[in-house]
Formats: sequence, structure tokens, C-alpha cells
Amino acid sequence: MQPNQFNVDAANKLKIVSLVSVGKHPQSGRMRRADQDSRAVELGLKLTGDNHSGESLVVLHAGDPGEPNLRSYAGMGLKSVRVLQLDPAADAILPLGQHLQQCGADIVLTGVRAESGESSGMVPYQLAEKLGWPIVPRVADIVSVKGGVAEVLQALPRGQRRSVMVKLPFIASVDSAAPEARQSAFGPASRALMDIEVVSASVDDVRQAWEEAAARKRPKRLKVVKAKTAAERFKAATAKSQGDGGKVMKNESAAEQAQAIFDLLKEEGVLR
Amino acid sequence: MSFEWLHPLLIATALVLAVIGAVRRVNLWRAGKPDRINLIAGLMAMPGRYLHDLHDIVERDKYMSKTHAATGGGFVLSALLIILVHLLGFDNQILAWALLAALALMFVGALFVFKRRLHPPSRISKGPWMRLPKSLLAFAGAFFVLTLPAAGVLPDGSGGVLLTVILTALIIWGMGELFFGMTWGGPMKHAFAGALHLAFHRRQERFGGGRSTGLKPVDLTLAKEIGGVLGVAKPTDFKWNQLLGFDACVQCGKCEAMCPAFAAGQPLNPKKLIQDMVVGLAGGTDANYAGSPYPGKEVGNAKGGPDHIITDGLIDPETLWSCTTCRACVEECPMMIEHVDAIVDMRRYLTMERGKTPNKGAEVLDNIIATDNPNGYAPASRTNWAADQNLPLMRDVKQAEVLFWVSDGAFDMRSQRILRAFVKLLKAANVDFAVLGDEELDSGDVARRLGDDATFQSLAKRNLEVLSQYTFSKIVTTDPHAYHCLRNEYSDFGSDALDGVEVLHHTTFLNQLVQLGRLKLNNFSGAKVTYHDPCYLGRYNGEYEAPRELLRSMGIEIAEMERSGFRSRCCGGGGGAPITDIPGERRIADMRMEDASSTGAELVAVGCQQCTAMLEGVVEPRPEVKDIAEILMDQLVDPSAENSRQDRLAEEVH
Repeated sequence: MQPNQFNVDAANKLKIVSLVSVGKHPQSGRMRRADQDSRAVELGLKLTGDNHSGESLVVLHAGDPGEPNLRSYAGMGLKSVRVLQLDPAADAILPLGQHLQQCGADIVLTGVRAESGESSGMVPYQLAEKLGWPIVPRVADIVSVKGGVAEVLQALPRGQRRSVMVKLPFIASVDSAAPEARQSAFGPASRALMDIEVVSASVDDVRQAWEEAAARKRPKRLKVVKAKTAAERFKAATAKSQGDGGKVMKNESAAEQAQAIFDLLKEEGVLR
Repeated sequence: MSFEWLHPLLIATALVLAVIGAVRRVNLWRAGKPDRINLIAGLMAMPGRYLHDLHDIVERDKYMSKTHAATGGGFVLSALLIILVHLLGFDNQILAWALLAALALMFVGALFVFKRRLHPPSRISKGPWMRLPKSLLAFAGAFFVLTLPAAGVLPDGSGGVLLTVILTALIIWGMGELFFGMTWGGPMKHAFAGALHLAFHRRQERFGGGRSTGLKPVDLTLAKEIGGVLGVAKPTDFKWNQLLGFDACVQCGKCEAMCPAFAAGQPLNPKKLIQDMVVGLAGGTDANYAGSPYPGKEVGNAKGGPDHIITDGLIDPETLWSCTTCRACVEECPMMIEHVDAIVDMRRYLTMERGKTPNKGAEVLDNIIATDNPNGYAPASRTNWAADQNLPLMRDVKQAEVLFWVSDGAFDMRSQRILRAFVKLLKAANVDFAVLGDEELDSGDVARRLGDDATFQSLAKRNLEVLSQYTFSKIVTTDPHAYHCLRNEYSDFGSDALDGVEVLHHTTFLNQLVQLGRLKLNNFSGAKVTYHDPCYLGRYNGEYEAPRELLRSMGIEIAEMERSGFRSRCCGGGGGAPITDIPGERRIADMRMEDASSTGAELVAVGCQQCTAMLEGVVEPRPEVKDIAEILMDQLVDPSAENSRQDRLAEEVH
């Protein structure tokens, strides 16, 4: 399905950067091409019209250039992967931000959260804060870019989409609802160039103090199937869990809506 | 006869042109990649290979083998004698009579070729091939008359100008086909290329009754080279002797008649594929191809050349992905052409260079890479199926007589029933065995057939690494695909883990146990049984007898299918075909089940979990499908259960 054919000519002049990390397979725990990050590369390739020259699409990683799994991104048809080489203990946000600013990126694509490391999902937000750019979380597709404004589809639960207009430059995190990444081919992956730039960054002191342990699965209450019809079961199986106790405020005034948010933040202890 | 000088000149011209054509053709083959072959030894062995290996295959069709022996033998003999008598002018009656005899032989053979061509079956190519019997008759007939004076039957110089003109015309036609056409690409090309193909075959081990079915590994160092190509992108990426092999094709279509994908209406025809390879190596289009097309695809649109990428215009990738790698075409080919090697070579390019494995291919390969099994299950859950089996682990016992290679059937609930049955039999026979447990990985079969040789090699090396830590004298597996990899393909990776180890399929091993009296079986009293030969057990490894002997040992009289033994039809499950899932008009498994049903059998005995899955996927009503291990288990005489059964029988009687 190709809902909207992207205007390639306009995008060819765009500078698109896909940020990639080293993924971790959920079953085997083995390092791999991260699922969402590879979707970010796929979206980048689509936006640049599969221009494989590596001119308009930059695939960027901060970390160890010797990591073999970085090559599996290159196996999607890239000539090179740019790596900001830094100490494993360092905080990548600062050098990444500097690099993005310098290279004049128009659109920066990331995964929603990494599969390894802290996996906090904070990188796109922190970069956006640092660069002062807007962030569009959980993108399913970028439909068009016209006159410096992009039309972006955000993925919502249960297959819904929200169309958002956003000014360039911006950061978008790519949801698992975005088109699946193409196959990574062994030959091009092995041949790709690792375009290394050594950068220095401050050590993440806070993280140094952390202790890491394998996560333990919490015991789960057995699910009682209440659904009576196939449609209900289908709904139950496909729905993303939505928190209880929320309320939808559509018709209230802006002040009332703001007050409700404010109250909630206070209640949750975010604001004191 | 007039113009005595004319015929020697014509013969000399034809021979010179033939030599020029030969040099040209050889250069086309030499554009391929080098392959180490002992040229002299090959040439020396060639006549023997023709008379035994090749003739044995042709002999399956008695009519054709006799026809070919007469025509081909007569022609070779005639050609030599023609050079002596007519070109070099030896004036010897004995030679002349010998030539007459050879020509007569050839003429009679050619008549039978002619007869067969009156109502040709659909599998054989028409076009120039329809002309061939007439050319043979012209050649033999004309030279026969021309030789009569030399034999002293007719006086020298008899016959008028008219006869001379007619004879000359026939000789030009005959030599045009048989000398000139042989090296310039006519139907007779098969004799020239075929002879050299036998001499320089890439799988020399196949001759003298040998078997060589393991795929050759890809040189992965090419992956690091800029400009290197993994697999075959262009015709010149084939080894030179593979190109030569393509040229040897006689377009008899025996492969086409056996190909399960062709029969199912998938876009593959092995004969057309080989002819497309010839188009590729020589350059041009397939417009002159006069055989059956790829089902659903028109002839005439394919274009290629030695330096053109094959899958861009010459062959649709769907054609390559339709193959189940069952080797029925290779087994049937009288010229011993290696279709499957070529197909996998081109798949390797599509997967490892282009990243274009169709349908579920990419996902399955990713799973194999990340979890060492095709469905992405947690590697630590590999032994869950045997939680209640109390199996000894190699990690604990370090050595055992038999290593039971469980295979990826461990993750599939249907296959687990086969595994359990086999374990029960092993225990009943008190076999000292152990399993690798979670240390076992996918054998790499699917990855390799899907063209990902990098992943196959990685799995093979890691499996060998594990195997080398333990001591055992036999590996037994219920999966013919793993069996084939372990037995024929793991030896390319410089490990001594399998040195002196016997790799066996479970039917072979169980048959040994039964013959030794270690398993006692009741007679099978059920309905009619037929046996389906798995490709990777039969054609790949030559094991046709053990499964049958096992069935017979239970008193089963096998109702053989028409296509059985080395001519068994594939279930459709090999070569990653269920993963790439190229649409056709029918399903291969349905056709195979029809074969089984037509014997009137109510039970299909199989020896492969993949075949079980494919055949059980056929909608009912159909015969039941059971692995031989399951059938054996049901007939097992269990000493402890014996008494109670007798009691029960006694009760029933009263």
C-alpha cells in the first residue's frame, strides 16, 4: 500500500539524518539491527527517493564504530554509515546535537526507544530541546514536504493516524507502525564504509553510579476473557492498553482543559 | 562422378569452419570464472563417462538409448572414416566398406529419430530440432552414395552431373548441420559441448556411480572487496565449466517432465532456464526458443548477454524462487547438467547482494540470524519439547554412542510427535544416546537454499565447534535436510568434528536396530500403505532401501506410487519454497497427495517432518500421513505391555 506517493524531487534537496543504535533481539538477547531504527532508515530512504549515494540520507550512530551490527543498516543499500566515535560511558546527546546542527539536517529520524542501553526513549526529546526544534513522536509516515513544511502522519493506537503539519527542521521518532525495513544484504553490509569522526564528550556520571540487572518479569494477573463476540475479542486483542481513569475533554474551554492538565500533573506529583 | 576435387574441398571447408566455431565457443565458456579441473584426466575419462554414466541415464528410455547409440556411434565412426576416405583420399576398400557400414548404422538410427519426431511429446523442443533427423538422413544418405565408388560397388565416375549436384547439396546440408552446426550453435552443439562437459564437469565425483549433491560454499572474502560479487549476477560469474554445462543441453525436456514447480504451473521450467543461460552466455534473446515456456510467461521477451545482470531482463526472479531444489531435473538429465547449482548461485546474488528474498524470506533469515531458528523462538526454549523425556545432554555426559540431532522440528508441535516416537524407539532398543539441547542450532539448510550462504557458513561453523567438544560415533537425525547438511555440506569448513563419524537418517539407523533384533515389532495390520521418498533422503543421499525395508519388516507390502524412488515427486517443502511461496495454478503438495491416493493407500509413510507438514496440509479426505518412526512406535513390542494386551485380548474373546 502506498497511500501517498512522495514527491521525490522536492525531497532530494532535503538533508535527512536517520539516527541508529545497536538493537537487541527480544528472544535471544543478541545484538541486531534495531527494529524501529531500521524503520527510520527505511523512511529516510523513501524520503530521499532511494538515492543510495549517501549524499542526502545520512545514517548516523554515536558509539563504537567496530560494532558489527551497524553494518546491517548499511546492508539496506547504503554506501556508508557515519559514526561519532566516543567513549562507551559518555553521553551522546551533546556531540549528536552539535553534529546535527553542523551538517544542516532538515529532518532527523530516530526510533521511539533503543532496544539496548538505557532505552529511556529520551534521545529525540533531549536532542529537540538542545536544538530548539519541534519533535513529532511516533511517526508512521511523512507524506510530503512543501515550502519548508512537512505533513506527517502520527501513529495512534488501533491503527488510527493523525495528520500533523510541522515546520523544518524537526525531529521525528518512528513508530513500529511505519513501513517495515527492507532486507539487509550481506554483501553491501560488509563493503560499506564506516565514516568515523572521533568526538569527545563528557562522561555520564549519573549513569556510572547505576547498577544494571536483568529485568524480572512481574507476575501477571490471569486474564479473564469477558468478550462474548468475536468482534469484542478482536478488539481486546488489537487494542493497545489505554490507561484507566482518563477523560476526553473536547468541548470545554482552553482554560478548563489547561486546568485539568495542571490538576493532573499536581496529583501525579510532577508539579509541586 | 564429376568434380572429384569438389567434395574433399567441401569437407575441408566444413571442418575448418567447425574448428573456428569451436574456438569461438570455447572463448564464450572461458569468460566464466576459473575452476580447478584436471583437464587431461577429464579428457581421458570422457569416453568411459559417456559409455557408462551418461548412457546409464539414457538407458532408462530403451528406445532412445538404442536410437542414440546407432545414430551417434554411426556418426562418430562415419566422420572419422570420411576424413580418411574422402578428405585424405585413402584408397582402401576395407575402409570404404567400414564407412558404408557406419553410415548405414547412422541412417537406421536417424530413421528412428525421424519416427520419434513424427508425434513429439510436449516436453521436447521443436524448431531446429525438428530439422535434425532430416539432416542426419541427408548426411548419411549422401555420403553413402558418395562412398559406393570407393567401395568398388559402382565404377568410378558413374552418375551424371544431376546426381553430383544433388549429392553435393545434400552433403552441404548434412555437413552444415553436423560439422558447422556442432560448434556454431545448432542442435548438434550438444555433442561437442556435451563431450567436453563430461570431461570437465564441475562435480567430477558424480561419475562412476558416485554422488555429489552438497552445494559449493561461497567465497565470503568477496564480501569485503569493492566490486566483489557474492553469487552469480552475470553469466560470466558462473564457473567456466558451468557455462559449458549449459551448452550441453539437448532440450529433451526430461527435466521439464519431472519438475514439480512446472507441473504446478509455477513460472519455472528447468529446460527453459538452461536455454536462458545459453542466451546469457552467448548474448541475444530467447526468441528462437522452441520448447515449453515458463508457465504463465511468454517466450521472446528475455534478453541477455555475458555481462548483463541475469535477473534484469533475462530471468524473472520468481522463476528462481519457484525451485524446491528437489534435484528431480538433475537426476533425470542425460547430460548431467546441474540446474540446482545454477539456481542457488543466482539466488545467492539476489539475497546477499540485492537483499531481495521474496515474501517471508527476509523475515525467516533475520530470525535465523538472531535466534538460530527460522521462526524466531527463544533459543533457550529449544529443548522444551522434551521436558518430560529425561534426555541425556551431551553437555553433561560428554560422550555417547549416538548423538541424536533433533533439528528445528523441536519447535513444531507436529514434528515433536515424530521426535517423541523416535526417542521412545531409541529407549526401547537401549541405545546409548544424547542430545545437544540448547547448544544445537539450525542446520543452515533453509538459509543456504534461500541463498544466504553467509548465515549458513556461520551456523555450520558454530555447530561444528559444539560438535567438536563431544565424543560420539554416530549422528542420527529425523530431518533429511539436516542430515544432508551434516553429511555432505559441513565437510567444507575445515573441522575434524565429524571425522570418522557416521551420519545417519533415523530410518537407516532404525533399520539397523531392527535387523540386529534390538527392536521387536508386531505386524502391521492396518490398511494399504505407500511410501513417499523425501528428496533430501533419496536423490540427495541415495537412501531408498532402508525405509522400505523397515516397512517390510512390519509385514507391510508397499503400494508404490508411479513416481517413487529416484523419480519421487517433491512434496513442495524443500529449498525454502514454502517461505518464498511463488504462486502457481496448483499446489505441489496436492499433486503429490493425488499420487499417493491413486495407489489406493490409506496411509502415507514418510521420513521427513517437512514432507509430513506439506502432505498433512492437503485438505481431507486424503490418506493419513505418518512418519516411519511413528508407525514403528505403534507396532513396538513392549515387553511390559505384552501381558496386559494378552489379557485384554482374552477378555474380548470371552
